[in-house]
Amino acid sequence: MGLKLDGYDGNGTFSHGVHPPERKALAKDASIRVMPTPDKVVLSLHQNIGGPSEPLVKPRQTVGWGELIGKGKSFVSTSLHASVPGVVQRFVRATLANGRHMDTVPIKAEGEIPAGQDLWDEIFGGSWPTTGLDAYDPAQISHDISDAGLVGLGGAAFPTHVKISPNDKKPVHTLLVNGCECEPYLTSDYRLMVEAPAPIVTGALLAARSVGAERIVIGIEDNKMPAVEAIKKAADGTGIQVAVMKTKYPQGSEKHLTYAVLKRQIPLGGLPADVGVAISNVATMAAVARAVIHKKPLTHRVISVTGGGIANPSNVLAPIGISFGSLIAFCGGLTPDAARLVAGGPMMGFAFSNPDTPVTKGAGGLTVMSKEEVRAGEESACVRCGKCVDACPMNLVPTKIAMASRHQDIALSRRYNIMACFECGSCAYTCPAHIPLVQLIRAGKARVVAADRG
Amino acid sequence: MEKKTNMQESTSPVTDSNEPAPPVIHVSPSPHLVQTASSTRKMMVDVLIALAPVVAMSLFVFRGYALFQLAVCVAGALSAELLFVRMRGRATTLKDCSAIVTGVILAMSMPGTAPWYVGAIAAFVAIGIGKVLFGGLGMNLFNPAMVGRAFVMISFAGALAASGFEDVQSAVDAISQATPMNAYKMNGVVTPMAALFWGTTNGSLGETSALACILGGLYLIVRRTASWEIPAGLLLAVAVIGGLADWIGPADGWTVLHHILGGSVLFGAFFIATDPVSSPLTPKGKFVFGLGTGFLIMVLRLFSGYPEGVMFAVLLMNALTPLINRWSIPTPFGGK
Repeated sequence: MGLKLDGYDGNGTFSHGVHPPERKALAKDASIRVMPTPDKVVLSLHQNIGGPSEPLVKPRQTVGWGELIGKGKSFVSTSLHASVPGVVQRFVRATLANGRHMDTVPIKAEGEIPAGQDLWDEIFGGSWPTTGLDAYDPAQISHDISDAGLVGLGGAAFPTHVKISPNDKKPVHTLLVNGCECEPYLTSDYRLMVEAPAPIVTGALLAARSVGAERIVIGIEDNKMPAVEAIKKAADGTGIQVAVMKTKYPQGSEKHLTYAVLKRQIPLGGLPADVGVAISNVATMAAVARAVIHKKPLTHRVISVTGGGIANPSNVLAPIGISFGSLIAFCGGLTPDAARLVAGGPMMGFAFSNPDTPVTKGAGGLTVMSKEEVRAGEESACVRCGKCVDACPMNLVPTKIAMASRHQDIALSRRYNIMACFECGSCAYTCPAHIPLVQLIRAGKARVVAADRG
Repeated sequence: MEKKTNMQESTSPVTDSNEPAPPVIHVSPSPHLVQTASSTRKMMVDVLIALAPVVAMSLFVFRGYALFQLAVCVAGALSAELLFVRMRGRATTLKDCSAIVTGVILAMSMPGTAPWYVGAIAAFVAIGIGKVLFGGLGMNLFNPAMVGRAFVMISFAGALAASGFEDVQSAVDAISQATPMNAYKMNGVVTPMAALFWGTTNGSLGETSALACILGGLYLIVRRTASWEIPAGLLLAVAVIGGLADWIGPADGWTVLHHILGGSVLFGAFFIATDPVSSPLTPKGKFVFGLGTGFLIMVLRLFSGYPEGVMFAVLLMNALTPLINRWSIPTPFGGK
């Protein structure tokens, strides 16, 4: 099946990649449930790619819901808001799911915010305009996004205002909205597209206005047809095109989505803007709509709590900073054979062990995997079968890079373009010798970066 | 993989009173999913399945001779693996099945008439020197079976020279004839195409039946256990050079089709040259490797004193593999 999208050359897919088991059925039909406000949230001062935020509050200070508590220090950083009303506690260092130790602002919840359906309506409900958006100034849209503390909610957590802003140097013709959700298990974007397509559409129109894009394409994999229908219906008459993409990992990578739609390759080390594209995730678009139209900051997000190790796989709307442990408790607890907690999806997510680990803005899912699901073979020697070469969506030679990293040969790993790897995990997934290719390459990349710093 | 990573344990946050032992949570680097369906061992078993038609045909044509060589070579390969790996002080690697594959391929590349010690020495050299000395599976530069065969071909020239294939006294028809390659090289006798296709001729045990090699080879390619690029490149080169030879050479009835179906071109293309360890990694590199092997086969066949050139062609190209890898580093997605 090829993608036939007027005016675009892509065929809806890309070369290489893998087909891991999807396992989306676990939580695909679980409607988003609103979590009750927890007793406490822990807000990391560093939630995004780029610089951390500086705290604007002091311990024992009372803060309201959505009050600004941290301000980005540089352009590529963002604001932080109280996701629940309450009293600021003593700042502590906490380990985030990605292994970083960060200063955090704990808030003990006090005071009321809407609960249940009211909270849902507050965030995603009401009417979302699709016309008359010319009244919003492109630069102001970007400011509102920045003030709302928005980051890419698809996982990478790149500050959104950096991408969604008027750009004279690199004109953008197309806004690509990423609804691929190619990570196995995760269903949060899917549920949001089905249950709240209107704010996504409004957000996309606003973002396109800000970047000056004439066209908007929402890319959704073909295993999410109900989402395609919902978005098409909501976007009727707006000129937004919905592209049905082939279900293949990593279709949701911005480089690969761009290629699959436009047949243009984002240059290595370059940005989507280099090919006239801005890309953002569907959940981010919904948050953009709320930030621009209601001037409300990002305080909550939809998270999939799924996997074979959780009693009731669910999709929940929860405040940023809630502990992963509370999500687990809300979803019925762990099953006896739970073996691994993963922040994000199983291909690129981070395993962590402490249930007190706080949820950050970029965390679209908590995948609790069972012993059976994480079962791995024993590592054996590479027989150079080349399956990793066939799998690598970046067209690299993973085994060569991994072996160069293992032998700390920086020059060799450079020759094989180690820095082009974005650690999607396709190679390690497919390796018959079960070599931890991604882990080796990650270590090698760190070594290359260290060598570059001298 | 897990044992290499730092393991941390923690109890679950939700302690259920009915549940005495809370789950143990491990951490590990991503990805957290692996394709458990694939393993090195399964790849080797796949090769053995693909070899089944070849083995069956050799048993049919050469009867006891084939059974005898198979027994000698496989037993030799397995005991060599056991012995040499133990000498290196490593855990035994018999269960990856790679030694059986080497043993079977070696047996299929031997003449049925070779005495038992020739097969046994070939198997020991193949595994011991060809593989384990280099560091074991995945580390060898040359195709182990071909290393073993080349060693005995030079050491026991009589047994592996063209005349060694024949035993006019033999009750097995195929053994009492000259090999098609030699009959042509020495006397200009062209073997009928049908005999080459079905495999009712003399020759190395596994090479005679073009049909069996094609069946097994297609299985390997369909299963993606072997790459299609190597056989494609190899056969293309043989066809082009064979075609040129037809065109400028004497019209003696030996055509490009005889070149492809006769001798061990098909067995070599599908089972020997495709050994992943000693061939290049990238599709482009594999195709070049195939072209080079096919080219060398034809050069040896047309211009050397040997009637056949598959073994030396593969070994020569094995030596070039690191260089081909270096020349065929693919351009990354988005690179220039």
